[in-house]
Amino acid sequence: MTYVLQQLVNAVQLGSIYALIALGYSMVYGVLFMVNFAHGDVFMVGAFIAFFAATLLKLPFVPTLLLSMLGTALLGVTIERVAYRPLRDAPKLSVVITALGVGLFLEYITLASLGPWRRTLPPLLPQQVYEVHNVRISALQLVIIGVSMGLMVLLDFFVERTQEGMAMRAIAYDQFAVPLMGVPVNRIISLTFAIGSGLAAAGGTLFSTAYPIIEPMMGMMIGWKAFIAAVVGGIGSIRGAVVGAFILGLVEIGTGAIFPSRLRDLLTFAVVWIILMIKPTGLFGVARRQKV
Amino acid sequence: MKKYHLPLGLIGLFIVLTGASSLDLFSDYIQTVLIYMGINVILTVSLNLVNGYMGEFSVGHAGFMAIGAYITAIITTRVIPHFVFGAPLIPTGLYPPEVGTWAEGPVVHLVFPVILLIGGLGAALAGLLVAVPSFKIRGDYLAIITLAFNYIVKSAFENTQALGGSRGLTSIPRITTVPWVFFWAAVSLWAIRNFIYSSYGRGVLAIREDEIAAQLMTVNTRRSKILAFCTSSFFAGIGGGLLAHLLLYINPSTFSIFKSTEVLVMVYLGGMSSVSGSLLGAIAYTGLVEVLRPLDLWKWVLIPLLLIFLMLFRREGIYGGREFKFLLPKEEVRAYAAASD
Repeated sequence: MTYVLQQLVNAVQLGSIYALIALGYSMVYGVLFMVNFAHGDVFMVGAFIAFFAATLLKLPFVPTLLLSMLGTALLGVTIERVAYRPLRDAPKLSVVITALGVGLFLEYITLASLGPWRRTLPPLLPQQVYEVHNVRISALQLVIIGVSMGLMVLLDFFVERTQEGMAMRAIAYDQFAVPLMGVPVNRIISLTFAIGSGLAAAGGTLFSTAYPIIEPMMGMMIGWKAFIAAVVGGIGSIRGAVVGAFILGLVEIGTGAIFPSRLRDLLTFAVVWIILMIKPTGLFGVARRQKV
Repeated sequence: MKKYHLPLGLIGLFIVLTGASSLDLFSDYIQTVLIYMGINVILTVSLNLVNGYMGEFSVGHAGFMAIGAYITAIITTRVIPHFVFGAPLIPTGLYPPEVGTWAEGPVVHLVFPVILLIGGLGAALAGLLVAVPSFKIRGDYLAIITLAFNYIVKSAFENTQALGGSRGLTSIPRITTVPWVFFWAAVSLWAIRNFIYSSYGRGVLAIREDEIAAQLMTVNTRRSKILAFCTSSFFAGIGGGLLAHLLLYINPSTFSIFKSTEVLVMVYLGGMSSVSGSLLGAIAYTGLVEVLRPLDLWKWVLIPLLLIFLMLFRREGIYGGREFKFLLPKEEVRAYAAASD
C-alpha cells in the first residue's frame, strides 16, 4: 500500500509536468487546428534559459521560473509571427511541416552553439524530505505539483472567466464568424502562443529541477509524450489535456513499477494505441463533424 | 518502337552502372552517395503514396524500414550461415569468421532479391497494423498511431536480447551495390506509378479528396487503404534491407523518429503527389546533405531553415502535383494534351 502511494506521488509529479506541456499543444490546436511540433523544443529552450538564469545570473527559484517563462513566451510569439502566420491560409499540412522544421532548427542551433554536453541545474529548492505514513514526499515534489496545479487553475480561470479567454474559445468554436464579431484574431493567437510557450517553459524549469539533466535533444521525447497526452485527452480540450497527462504519467510510472523499466516506452505507446483504437477522438475530444 | 524506349534505356543504364561499378570507375565515396540516393528515392516515393496521394500524415516510416532491415539482416547473418555452416541461430559470443564468406561469390546476387522480398513482405504485414486503425481514425490521430508504431518497433528491437538488444546486429555482409539499388529504385517508381494510375490508385486519390463521397462512388475504401499502406511499407522494408547491407551493422536507433522525419523532409522538398517530385526530392536532399558536409553540425541548422523557407515561398515543393512526361502513362499524356487544347 505504501509502495502504491509512493508510486502515485511520482505519477502525479510526472503527470503535472506533462500537463504543463500538453496544455500548450491543446491550446494551439484549439485556435489554429494545427499540431505545433516545435512545442517540445520550446520546452527545451525554457529549460536552458532556466539553467543560464540559475548559473550565470545566480537567481533563486521564483525569478528563474519567471524569466524562463517570459523568454519562451517571446520565443513562441516570434515563431508564430515568422513561421506560422504567413501560412494561415495554406493547407494545414504545410504548417505542420514548418513546425517540424522549426523544431529541428531549435534543436540543432542549441546543439551547434552550446554543445551536446549534459548540464545540471544547481539545486534551487530545499532538499527536504517529509514522511507521511511512510510515504516520502520531497519538498521538490510538493513545489512541482503545487506550481503546476496553480498554473493550471490560473489558466482555467483565464480561459473561462476573462474576455481574452472567451475570444480564444470562440476562435476554437468557429474561426470564420469570430473576426466578424470584432475579435482581434491575430492578437488572440499571439497571446495563445505566449501562454502555451510560457507553460512549456514552466514545465521545463520544473522538469530540470526534478530530473536535473538539460541537453538539446531533451524536448524531443518529452514533446512527443506530451503531445500524446493531449491527444489521449482529446486534442483541443484543455481539461482533456490535463487528464490525458495524468493518465500518461500514471501509465508510465505504473508500467515502470510492475515491469522492467526498459519496457516502459514500449508499454506506454501500446496503451496509447489501445486507447485510440477504442476511442478514436480521445477521452474528451468531440468528433468534428465531417461535411458531405 | 517508341514504346520500348524507356525499358531499353533503363536496361542500358543498368548495364552501364554494373560495368562501371565492377570496373571501379567511381570512387567508393561516389558509390556510397549514389546508393544513398537510390535508397532515399525508394523511401520517399513509398511515403509519398501515403502522405501525398492518400493525404494521410504518417510519421513512422522508419518503423517499417526497421522491420525490413532486421528481417533481411537476420536472414543473411543468421539463417543462411545456420544452414550452410551449422552456426547457431542465436550466437552467444562473437560470430565465427566463416559466417560472412557465403556472401562473397556471385550466387549472393541471385539470393539477395529473394531475401529483400521477404523483408518487404514482413514490413507490408506490419503495414496492416497501421492500415486497420486508419479505418476509424484520420489526420492527427492517425499520425499518433504511426508515431507510436515507430516507437513500439524501435523499443521492441531494443528489448529483444536475441537480436542484440540496443547494440543491434553486426557483421552484415556488404551486398548492396549501385546497380541493385538502381534496379530497386526503378522498380519502386514503376510499381507506385502504376498503382496510382490503376483503379485502386484512383480510389486512393478519391479518399484523399473526400472519403465519404468516395465510398458513395463504390470505392472500397478499406481495401484501398490496406493496399496503399501495405505497398508503402513493403517498399520501406526493401529500402531498410538495402540500407542494412550498406551500413553493415544496424541497431534500433538507426530507425528512430529522426529517420522518419528525414524521409518526410524529402517528400515535401520534392513535392506531394508526384512520383517525379519524390525522385527529385530524394536526389536533391541527399546531394545537399553531402555538399553541406563540411559545415558539420550547422548543416542541420541550415536544412530545417531551408524547409521553412520552402514552405513559406514554394509550398508545393520542387515538383509537386506534376509529373515528368516519361513517368506518365500514355493515356494520361493524351488526356493532358487534350485538356490543354
